[in-house]
This record gives sequence, structure tokens and C-alpha cells, in this order.
Amino acid sequence: MSIAWDVFTPAASLGGGVLIGLAASAFVLLLGRIAGISGMLGGVLERAADWPLRLAFVLGLLAAPMTYALFAGALPVPVIEASTPTLLLAGLLVGIGTRFASGCTSGHGVCGLSRLSPRSLVATISFMAAGFITVYVVRHLLG
Amino acid sequence: MKPVKLFAAFAIGLLFGTGLIVSGMSNPAKVLGFLDLAGAWDPSLALVMAGAIGVGFFAFRVAGGRSHSLLGDKMQLPTSREMTLRLVLGSVLFGVGWGLAGICPGPGLVLAGALIPQGLLFVGAMLAGMLLYRVLDPLLP
Repeated sequence: MSIAWDVFTPAASLGGGVLIGLAASAFVLLLGRIAGISGMLGGVLERAADWPLRLAFVLGLLAAPMTYALFAGALPVPVIEASTPTLLLAGLLVGIGTRFASGCTSGHGVCGLSRLSPRSLVATISFMAAGFITVYVVRHLLG
Repeated sequence: MKPVKLFAAFAIGLLFGTGLIVSGMSNPAKVLGFLDLAGAWDPSLALVMAGAIGVGFFAFRVAGGRSHSLLGDKMQLPTSREMTLRLVLGSVLFGVGWGLAGICPGPGLVLAGALIPQGLLFVGAMLAGMLLYRVLDPLLP
């Protein structure tokens, strides 16, 4: 392992993480719910009793890049290497997997670990390990 | 649903998305740089988690001691402590998808909101996967 110091962004990443933590905190304190994005989407698709609330949160997320561009200046340009078939397969796996696991990086990773949930710790270790192994296989064994 | 709650949810989604953009989470190349332990490793995303959990820890401590939220909803925190096959297997499937594209659900929505074609494609497939889950659901205990 070597550290990529040239792309390391400690201040922005810590600061952005604090904003995510503030959002998750506001959600649970004001609305009494876990700010889990896969759960929100699943609840909208399955017409959960509080689906309008979940949809409002999803719309806020969707509006974030345009709002950022309006007030904070140019959006950082994302770099996406994945091909179309890879994106479709990845999206399917993320959709199925997060619903079976009842959570993703936000619900289990941020909120679950914040509240010291053993289930979320198991989930986070599982998806992080699978992510590390997948990137290793794709980049270093097949690539 | 009271308008104030819908507005709060929207504003919090906006804040969450802004955090994803500022932190670098909504850049798939940066996420893959974090997941690539054997390559040139970018540890930034560990700091995203540290920042988010560092704040969230205190909020969830307060929330855990309350029966209702500040806007009057009953606290809806998960109570299950059971380790299940679907928890682990689901997380592994999610992790494989995350490692393939470098996109998880929140950043997917941010990329789609920026009208980036790959983001829209990913979110379309993710929503299809969530609908497919309802068919696959009975397969696991």
C-alpha cells in the first residue's frame, strides 16, 4: 500500500463529513427517523405511510448539486470510469443488496455506527470488505 | 403530513447532499481511490465517516433518550439486534456494486440531480434493483 497524498483532501472530507453528520442529527432529532438513503427510496417505492416525507428528503438530495452550483460556485467534476454495463450491474446490486440489508452507507455506516448498533457494524464491515475485494479483483487481478 | 415536516426533510436532504459534494463522496473516482487498498490509497473517505459519526454520536445519544422528536413524531429507531443472513448477504451484494462503480445510493442521487448521464443510469438500475428485491424477498429467511 502507498498513500496517494496528492489527492488526499483531509479538510474538505472531514468538513463534508461533519455536514453529513449534522444532517443525520437534524433528521433524527427533528423527525425521529434514521437518515438512510436506501430506506428512504425503498419507502417511496413501496408507498410507506410516511412516503411524502421520504420523497421530500430525496428531492432535497437531488436538488443539492444545482443549489451548490448556484451558491457555492462550480460543481466539482466527478470522474466516472465505469462502462454502461458495469453501471447497470452495479446499480442493480446496490438496489437489491441495500434492501436486503435494510441500509447502506448512510443508514448503517453513518447512523448505525453513530448509535453503536451491532447489526450496523456487521453490515458496514461486510460492505466495506466486499468493496475492497471487488476493487482489488477488478483493478489488480483482471485489470 | 405537515408542511413544516416536509420542508425540514427537504432542507436536511439538501444539507446531506451538500456534505456528499464537499467531502468528495459524490466523486466515484475518489471513492474507488479509497477502496483500492493495493493501489495508491486515498484515505480521505475515512475522514468523512469520522466527521459524520463524530457529530452523529451525540445526536443519537440524545435521540435515544427521547420518546418523541422535536416536531412531534414518535422516535422510529430500529430495535432489532438479530444477526441475519439477509443482513450480511445483502451488505456483500451492495459492497460488490459499490466497488464496481464507486457509487452508493446518496452519491447516486447527487450525480442524477446534476443530470450526469451515468448517474441517471445508475439510479435507474438501482431503483429497478429495489423493485426486484420485492420479488426476491421471500428467497432469504
